[in-house]
Amino acid sequence: MKLVVENVSRVFPGVRGGEPVRALEPTNLQVATNDFISVVGPSGCGKSTLLRIIAGLDRPSAGRVLLDGKPVAGPGPDRGVVFQSYTLFPWLTVADNIAFGLREKGLPERQRREIVASYIDKVGLRGFENHWPKQLSGGMQQRTAVARALANNPEVLLLDEPFGALDNQTRGLMQELLLGIWEREQKTVIFVTHDIEEAIFIGSRVLVMSARPGRIKTDMPVELAHPRHYTVKTSPAFSALKARLTDELRDEAVHAANEH
Amino acid sequence: MATSETNGNPTAPVPPEAGRSGFPARSMVGAGGGAQGGVGAGARRRKPIFRIGARIGNATFVAIAVAVFVLLGLVWWAATASGWVKPIFLPSPVAVWTQLVKLAGDGTLWADAKISIYRIMVGFLIASAMAIPIGVLIGCFRIWEAAIEPLVDFVRYMPVVAFVPLTILWAGTADTQKFLIIWIGTFFQQVLMVMDNVKRVPPDFIGLGRTLGLPERKILTRIVVRSALPGIWDTLRISLGWAWTWLVLAELVAATSGLGYRITVSQRYFQTNTIIGYILLLGLLGLITDQVMKALERVLFGYARRGR
Repeated sequence: MKLVVENVSRVFPGVRGGEPVRALEPTNLQVATNDFISVVGPSGCGKSTLLRIIAGLDRPSAGRVLLDGKPVAGPGPDRGVVFQSYTLFPWLTVADNIAFGLREKGLPERQRREIVASYIDKVGLRGFENHWPKQLSGGMQQRTAVARALANNPEVLLLDEPFGALDNQTRGLMQELLLGIWEREQKTVIFVTHDIEEAIFIGSRVLVMSARPGRIKTDMPVELAHPRHYTVKTSPAFSALKARLTDELRDEAVHAANEH
Repeated sequence: MATSETNGNPTAPVPPEAGRSGFPARSMVGAGGGAQGGVGAGARRRKPIFRIGARIGNATFVAIAVAVFVLLGLVWWAATASGWVKPIFLPSPVAVWTQLVKLAGDGTLWADAKISIYRIMVGFLIASAMAIPIGVLIGCFRIWEAAIEPLVDFVRYMPVVAFVPLTILWAGTADTQKFLIIWIGTFFQQVLMVMDNVKRVPPDFIGLGRTLGLPERKILTRIVVRSALPGIWDTLRISLGWAWTWLVLAELVAATSGLGYRITVSQRYFQTNTIIGYILLLGLLGLITDQVMKALERVLFGYARRGR
């Protein structure tokens, strides 16, 4: 197993004497090498917490995360992260943003430039190398962020609702782009989203999480052949999966809505 | 609007090329990647001027700004020329101008301005050089914040004016005392503002640095400080304006040279024209430094400016 989540739970202390919040119940998860896992759930279900714990950006209250058999102690370059918010550094051009991690690692300039150029091509940003982030659309910014994460060649790629702020059409294209890169290059990926269709289309396995306390409710393989074309979204097999997951998620959403 | 459809970030308009580039990585058939052109179409509708946030042209802006200056100048001129105000209280614009020209001619004005600019530069640079690192530290580390922030907040509310007698006692009436007053007046404000600039750095920037494997020290220098730099520059620009006030204050009370000193001396001889001329000159100097700082900001941090 590439990545193992062992009895990981997270309790946030109560605010001003309030009840502590059990954001994540003890959770177990095994991720095989080059698996693409989508995690879907209503807001507040702890899916981002789980991802942040795997990334090392948050600490579990109990349990541990193992990467290649070694426990994770904190964030590191072996787990690349793409955030939902736009995290391109505004003072760096597209190319320099992608090269940022490589430069800090001390990679020689020539090698750096080769890697950056190859990822610029992979995310379709040729011609935009010297643009500032503010000159890019949201979709282009996130493509750059994906390229930046991949350029560091992490063992695992973690994406926290990376396309959540994009409009539907752009989001569809981004899904195809990411899936295409994964199909060609293979990578272990965990992808958090609240969009069922996105979760099914992009993932090889979909985890449905329930809210308050957050836990994994369903773990379902997606047996749709690769390479997947966007037209698969209208196939009967896809629709069946979507219907099932929508049902499961609806229960959770109703649950979560009633608790507020 | 075409832009808001394709753009997740409302502050960053899509360049016209964006729509056409598409994604070469995968099949585009029917995906609608090319249907994002036409940016800016329909954006040119007339809007009422008094709509909140309504835009006006650059030329209009400058024209209005200049007109206000001219108008106030005319009111001033009318008030003096008509004899409504006595010259001893308010001399005419012409009298002020000729006095300034005279003082410039005999070198007094330049000497006064030179020493004042020297004092403000030294005082302000010392304050800034101390405030930036301390502000960054307390913005990043809660321990430093606990140690320093409440203290700074406390001192900040002590009136600078009240320190003048004390500083004279400590440092006499030499330049050191002027530096001290400027420092007291700006340093404590700057520290808190720089702290705020640093705290505004998006937490995900820091998280990102960590996931890229950067040590904390590098995250501090390469990400936090770098990201806060435009804000810190703005802090400097604003606090420089205050520094002028404290400089003049220090020179008014105890000095043997400088713009403030000349104002005090002129009061003794009822040279109202010099007083007003120097006050206007101080305003002008402030305006110039502010514009220079703003221009530098555009050069240094052009990447961060919002697109029009």
